[in-house]
Amino acid sequence: VVGVPLWWKTTETYRAWLPVSQINELSNLQVCSCFLLLVICVYIIYLSLHTLSECPCGSLVVYVIPESSSLLPQDVDVYIGQRRTALLRIGGQIRVGKTLDLLLAHLEPRIKQVLQVMSFSHTDITAALSDRVRLSPGNKESIADSMRTFKSSPGYEITFSLLNPDPKSHRLHWDIEGAVQTYIQPLLTKLASVANFSIDSQTLYYAMLGVNPRFDSSLGAYTLSPDSLAHMINPVEARLGSNAASSNPVLNFLLYVPDAQHSPLHIHDSKKQEVPTNAFHSPRWGGIMVYNVDGFYGPEAVFPVDLNINMAKVMGVFLAQLRLLLGVQSPNAPSGFLVAPCSRTGLADWELDRLMWSRSVENVATATTTITSLAQLLDQIGNIVINDNIAEQVSSAVTSLQLAVAELEAGNLRFALQYSKEAILASERAFFDPSLLHLLYFPDDQKFAIYIPLFLPMCVPILLSLLKIVSDARQKRREKQAKKD
Amino acid sequence: MKILGLLSLLATHLSANSVNIEENAGQFFSSGHTNNWAVLVCTSRFWFNYRHVANTLSVYRSVKRLGIPDSHIVLMLADDMACNHRNPKPATVFSHKNMELNVYGDDVEVDYRGYEVTVENFLRVLTGRLPPSTPRSKRLLSDDRSNILIYLTGHGGNGFLKFQDSEEISNVELADAFQQMWQKRRYNELLFIIDTCQGASMYERFYSPNLMALASSQVGEDSLSHQPDLAIGVHLMDRYTFYLLEFLEDIHPASKSNMNDLFKVCPKSQCVSTPGHRTDLFLRDPGSALITDFFGSVRKVEITMETVNLTDPIEQVEQNFVNEDLQKESYSYVDQLPVSEIIHQKPKQKDWHPPDGFILGLWTLILLVFFKTYGMKHLKHIF
Repeated sequence: VVGVPLWWKTTETYRAWLPVSQINELSNLQVCSCFLLLVICVYIIYLSLHTLSECPCGSLVVYVIPESSSLLPQDVDVYIGQRRTALLRIGGQIRVGKTLDLLLAHLEPRIKQVLQVMSFSHTDITAALSDRVRLSPGNKESIADSMRTFKSSPGYEITFSLLNPDPKSHRLHWDIEGAVQTYIQPLLTKLASVANFSIDSQTLYYAMLGVNPRFDSSLGAYTLSPDSLAHMINPVEARLGSNAASSNPVLNFLLYVPDAQHSPLHIHDSKKQEVPTNAFHSPRWGGIMVYNVDGFYGPEAVFPVDLNINMAKVMGVFLAQLRLLLGVQSPNAPSGFLVAPCSRTGLADWELDRLMWSRSVENVATATTTITSLAQLLDQIGNIVINDNIAEQVSSAVTSLQLAVAELEAGNLRFALQYSKEAILASERAFFDPSLLHLLYFPDDQKFAIYIPLFLPMCVPILLSLLKIVSDARQKRREKQAKKD
Repeated sequence: MKILGLLSLLATHLSANSVNIEENAGQFFSSGHTNNWAVLVCTSRFWFNYRHVANTLSVYRSVKRLGIPDSHIVLMLADDMACNHRNPKPATVFSHKNMELNVYGDDVEVDYRGYEVTVENFLRVLTGRLPPSTPRSKRLLSDDRSNILIYLTGHGGNGFLKFQDSEEISNVELADAFQQMWQKRRYNELLFIIDTCQGASMYERFYSPNLMALASSQVGEDSLSHQPDLAIGVHLMDRYTFYLLEFLEDIHPASKSNMNDLFKVCPKSQCVSTPGHRTDLFLRDPGSALITDFFGSVRKVEITMETVNLTDPIEQVEQNFVNEDLQKESYSYVDQLPVSEIIHQKPKQKDWHPPDGFILGLWTLILLVFFKTYGMKHLKHIF
């Protein structure tokens, strides 16, 4: 009587309560409800422009201008600006006298076209959820995009490396600190709400390519074919090192200055055309640019030659690669559209909105699946101890998720992103808590093997005495019956 | 006129404008991974298990040669053979007799060594449940596009693998660990190779997708070792890994050999045991999976077509000057010996301490004996 409950209690594992029902609710949440309700203000302008008001995050302003307006060049119908604005030129068929509904009906497909470019669509969602939803190889471009982009993480580390394989010939100077401050930092400041970034830089000497470039006599230059590019990264990567303090993903940007014997070095694409940027990037790793310096000195120069690297050109390429790796795809504008060139920060406001939205969706989806799988795991394996802090993390993750989804539906992108980041942090902390290790795997036959030698010898006299009691009681009853009779 | 419109977006497919994506798309879809990791574990200690360490190191060497960097390899060796007292050639671990091939090399990086190789640490590495203080080199930082190679060797039995001669990992635990990895999408595809006795039992219980498994022997069979070296005195390699190493030495980073070739390594005539493999959980056809998908690290590359036009001149970083002033303080070494104090020493005044425990005990004993013999009435003689 005392033994069995005591044994049960002492072999129980401590399991704090988890909000399982809420977790199940979240996992059934349709992603469609995460669609942002986009607030679009459409201004129809006939005579003059109003002062352009600052558009809040998550909304777009479309200015509709008459056909005869001279704001846009002749062949351009739509202009997409840097700050969440677009100019749309009305076609000639509309006259002033028509009613509002007809006007809207005419404008709707044109506005939809603008939205396709500037805003988020079905493919963006599938790209954001690419680790859960594996696409059939039909939509190649979005798969390539999803493979290239780094997964959402609270922080990233960016390393700029200058590779000088020939210090005897070239003494290279690059003002990396100034260049980072001027060109890269504005972008990172703008992306501060998305993630933290830490930047460092290094110079590597005698770092060889690992592939032999072929000399093309018709061009008078050495060439690298696209097949050999894939083998360039590995020999260098071993020497790169990393700022190993955190577990954040590392983006490597390498600037390779070819040695004097192999200058100039050009990268060719598969059509044997020279690549204008002379750079390539690897998905989820970083980018490499080849910078030729042979034009800066003549054959009678005294080696080593002091050379200053044109950081504006280099950073332009690295910035473009950084944009791609972080998930800002270049807009696929149909003809007749004019997209404003990249501003100083390298990121348009509506591109930032798009990034924030896709990151929020990705974070919400990842956090939901993490918590759901954690709940399933803890359910299946009854031997794991669930501490209080894990239950706390799970509850806070669930609340953050609910808030994030609510904010997404309301259209507040910043708050949605913030809540989704909190949700991810809490859910990752709960899932990867070191105490959740189920080393207590006891297969059933081992359980029997442990308990039987203990209990069987004990049980034998107990059973026998029980039998004796039962037979005694039966005998007494029989005697009583006999006495009665 | 201002018109406020609330439009909610539904499905509109982007027209696939694949211009420069087309040629790269081919390479992407063959495997779907962007990086490679390897977890190589040797689970047995003691000098006579030299061959297990040599097994693991030979796979390590092949994997490094084919391109996976050390930062992406988690190498766990349960004992140190290269610097063992009984090693006649210190700092070497040979795989071929007559000391032909030193698989230890110059730049080996062991992440978990000696007693750190436990079942718990192995499972923690796989599932990612490491304490926050664990350094980056000891973590498996894979993501959903990582192909992972896991190689285990040691002594095993039907359904378990022995770690360090004192604990075991069972096939159910391993299968559960892989399922947790799948739940958290910590791998794209996983190749599991095990070289122990009855190795096929370890992959019987797998149930997560995208796993391919190879073992050196079936249930009920023993994996045998290859050859002893008379100078070193122990068996150098196991048969399966020996022939695997020979097969891998022919592979180079651009090689197109696929998994079907790997399944043919070490047939029964060479291995005495029957190697087994399991591919039912692997979604692709094994013939389309290249060896370098798991053993090497062939990167996908894309040509960068765009550039951002930057016209601003570089701002001079002004803070440099301020920092320089702050850093003008000079540094000097601390004296090794406080020489000035030693030379000009005055005799130190010793502080008075109450008597030590021994002295106290001695006096208590004397007093007790005194009072015992003479009685209490003589107390007045003292006070």
